[in-house]
Amino acid sequence: MNGVHDMGGMHGLGPIAPEADEPVFHAAWERRVHALVIASPTRGNIDAGRHRRELIPGPDYLRMTYYERWFAALCAMLLQGGAVTAEELASGVADPAAPKGTPRLAPDQVAPALSRSGSYLRDTAAAPAFSAGDRVRARNLHPTGHTRLPRYVRGRTGMIERCHGAHVFPDSHAHGGGEAPRPLYTVRFSASELWGPDAAARDSVSLDLWEPYLERA
Amino acid sequence: MPHDHPHHDHGQEPPSDIALRVKALESLLVEKGLVDPAALDAIVDYYETRVGPRNGARVVAKAWSDPAFRQRLLADATTAIAELGYAGGQGEHMVAVENTPTTHNLVVCTLCSCYPWPVLGLPPVWYKSAPYRSRAVIDPRGVLAEFGTELAPDVEVRVWDSTAEVRYLVVPERPAGAEGLDEAALAALVTRDGMIGTARL
Repeated sequence: MNGVHDMGGMHGLGPIAPEADEPVFHAAWERRVHALVIASPTRGNIDAGRHRRELIPGPDYLRMTYYERWFAALCAMLLQGGAVTAEELASGVADPAAPKGTPRLAPDQVAPALSRSGSYLRDTAAAPAFSAGDRVRARNLHPTGHTRLPRYVRGRTGMIERCHGAHVFPDSHAHGGGEAPRPLYTVRFSASELWGPDAAARDSVSLDLWEPYLERA
Repeated sequence: MPHDHPHHDHGQEPPSDIALRVKALESLLVEKGLVDPAALDAIVDYYETRVGPRNGARVVAKAWSDPAFRQRLLADATTAIAELGYAGGQGEHMVAVENTPTTHNLVVCTLCSCYPWPVLGLPPVWYKSAPYRSRAVIDPRGVLAEFGTELAPDVEVRVWDSTAEVRYLVVPERPAGAEGLDEAALAALVTRDGMIGTARL
């Protein structure tokens, strides 16, 4: 979707404001939101979670802090997944008739779970269509759902740097369409191709893009 | 009492609306048996004490002092980083990109806030914020200058926009005068911003 989250190349969003000696969290509630998102029964589909945050209306998205967005998306995912009802969310009290669940993570499972690497790489019979050195154009696509093809590269031509194998395809996975693995490539675009003749001639931007985003140039 | 300052984590102040709402949600999920509050404590502890830029600094220091490790890191960063015991969520597919006298690397996530948690910890607020996400790709030299990093015009800037589950770690150039230091002393020279690419060491 062409939302405000897709902000690469925009101007006017203010100064960058690094904070000296920044703490990991800025408030106790941020700690709990971070932990709740990880421990939540909705965890497991990172793409659906990202899309939930993209669905926050643009003006709100820009006004909210990072953890405010995480909290809003977590509530929406819990509702959507049926883990809580709207009445429970509004009242903060569990429906006495609701069955008691089992936590996804016990305390002693936390560190092993967080330090274990899953993988988004999947076996697939299909050979990748492109190889390193191929020139490709990012397709001019404007899906209304989740995509990881930023607007600023659509229609632009770059070069395949490497193929990462077939990875879970977010455009499908975020919408309950299954993992639908597709070849993933690092594609390098020259700064002048993206931003015009005033860009530094040797600079470039590389993105990781799935095969359905690309066509041979 | 004025309450118009931006900090909101002082024990003397009444809890904010969002703090109350988060507390209410946690209570609800605990009551429903869907989360264990002790597991939440363990998750917070993990991200406050177990991961952070000191992990990445160890990786960089080893790359500086061990040429065979540097080769392995540049060829397959996920496996090389796992040699030091660093792995986990948001570090499943690592790529290390090396700065040289003629190339400078800068990492961003324009679409959200992707960041290599196992080696750098959780990202700073500026990395997740609109100003950085919007400008790092269109004006990397301007962004670098805002961080006090001025690059000569003949240095090539390579920006890496983390649009998939691949996560990038910048291997900065070893500072001059660091010859002969051991890995621990080298690691102390490596900064978080150096490994994002907004700073040179």
